[in-house]
Amino acid sequence: MQSNATRDLVVGLFVLLGLLALSYLSLQVGGVELSSGEKIVLEATFDDIGGLSARAPVRVAGVKIGQVSGIDLDEDLRATVRLEVDADVGLSIDSSAAIRTAGLLGDQFIAVELGAEDEVLLDGEAFQFTESALSIERLVGQLVHDAGV
Amino acid sequence: MISVIRTLGGRTIEQLEGLGRVAVFGGLITGAIFRGPTRFGFFVRALYDAGVLSVALIALSGFTVGMVLGLQLFNVLSRFGADEGLGAVVGLALIRELGPVVCGLLVTGRAGSAVTAEIGTMKATEQLDGLRMMAIDPVHFVAMPRALALTFAMPLLNAIFIVFAIAGAFAIGVANQGLDAGVYQSGLENAVQFRQDVAQSLLKSLVFGILIGLVATYKGHHCAPNAVGVARATTSTVVTASVVILLSDYVITALWGV
Repeated sequence: MQSNATRDLVVGLFVLLGLLALSYLSLQVGGVELSSGEKIVLEATFDDIGGLSARAPVRVAGVKIGQVSGIDLDEDLRATVRLEVDADVGLSIDSSAAIRTAGLLGDQFIAVELGAEDEVLLDGEAFQFTESALSIERLVGQLVHDAGV
Repeated sequence: MISVIRTLGGRTIEQLEGLGRVAVFGGLITGAIFRGPTRFGFFVRALYDAGVLSVALIALSGFTVGMVLGLQLFNVLSRFGADEGLGAVVGLALIRELGPVVCGLLVTGRAGSAVTAEIGTMKATEQLDGLRMMAIDPVHFVAMPRALALTFAMPLLNAIFIVFAIAGAFAIGVANQGLDAGVYQSGLENAVQFRQDVAQSLLKSLVFGILIGLVATYKGHHCAPNAVGVARATTSTVVTASVVILLSDYVITALWGV
């Protein structure tokens, strides 16, 4: 079987096209980061995380700086959430972490509000101040109760 | 009564034997991959037949499927004021299910049937026996490169299909119905995760590729050596591979568990 130069070229182009489509799906659409900068892991403990799930985004001022890498129940039966965030952001040690909802019914994410201290949180440290998820059901229940219906 | 049970038993044994023959054939092909001599040119030629010649069909079908999805979903979603969800729904539906399955069915019809017809004709004209006479293993020489090419081509064709379908939905949703391009794109990118969705899509297309390759070459090698036999084997490849793809799609989805 002699090798056919044109055919080989076309097959090469096909493989290239397929790999290009694959890498578009993986990198752009699938969101795989090849050269992700250094990450640190922070902890935050909440009374109620609502519908927060792993891979939920962590945002400062609305900008994504990381994601939830894991959720565990600690010995006091409170939820400990591990946050994987960019190391170079530098969150001050009195920052607070709150669970918010995107829109009225959207996905939940962690919003970090910055504090005033100069010292920053380091790898493995925990947020001092946290704010649990706001439950719409509880809110509506309270409203109905207060209105005395 | 006893004869009914006997017939049932006979049929069951027949089916099991058929399954066993496919498994043995799969083992022969797998063994042939690791056995010399390496004939890389054969693989490239088979890849040309299975992959390159399917690209136009896959791209066109992908774009059309995407356009239909865009039109249908946009209508339904805008009824609930949720047109921003178009990118997410289109992306997830395509990457998780439609891409691998539709692409698998198309490749079965386009390339799998051709492989069966080719090998079947070689068998009917005693070319496979000729190879055996020259001490060349027909599984190694004929079946293995084609099965391998189908397996290798499927993930690539799947990715091409999905990208064209995303573009098709983009064309309808954004250019035709007036959805914002950034909203479509960010909805798509936020909803789709690599490990859950893209990796599952790749796994599915790879498994489908293996199944198509196995079914197509097996049917070719085991057809009756005449014109009717080749025709039956080709039809049988398309039917069997399609059913197997749909069944295994459910199994993979259930096992992967999303």
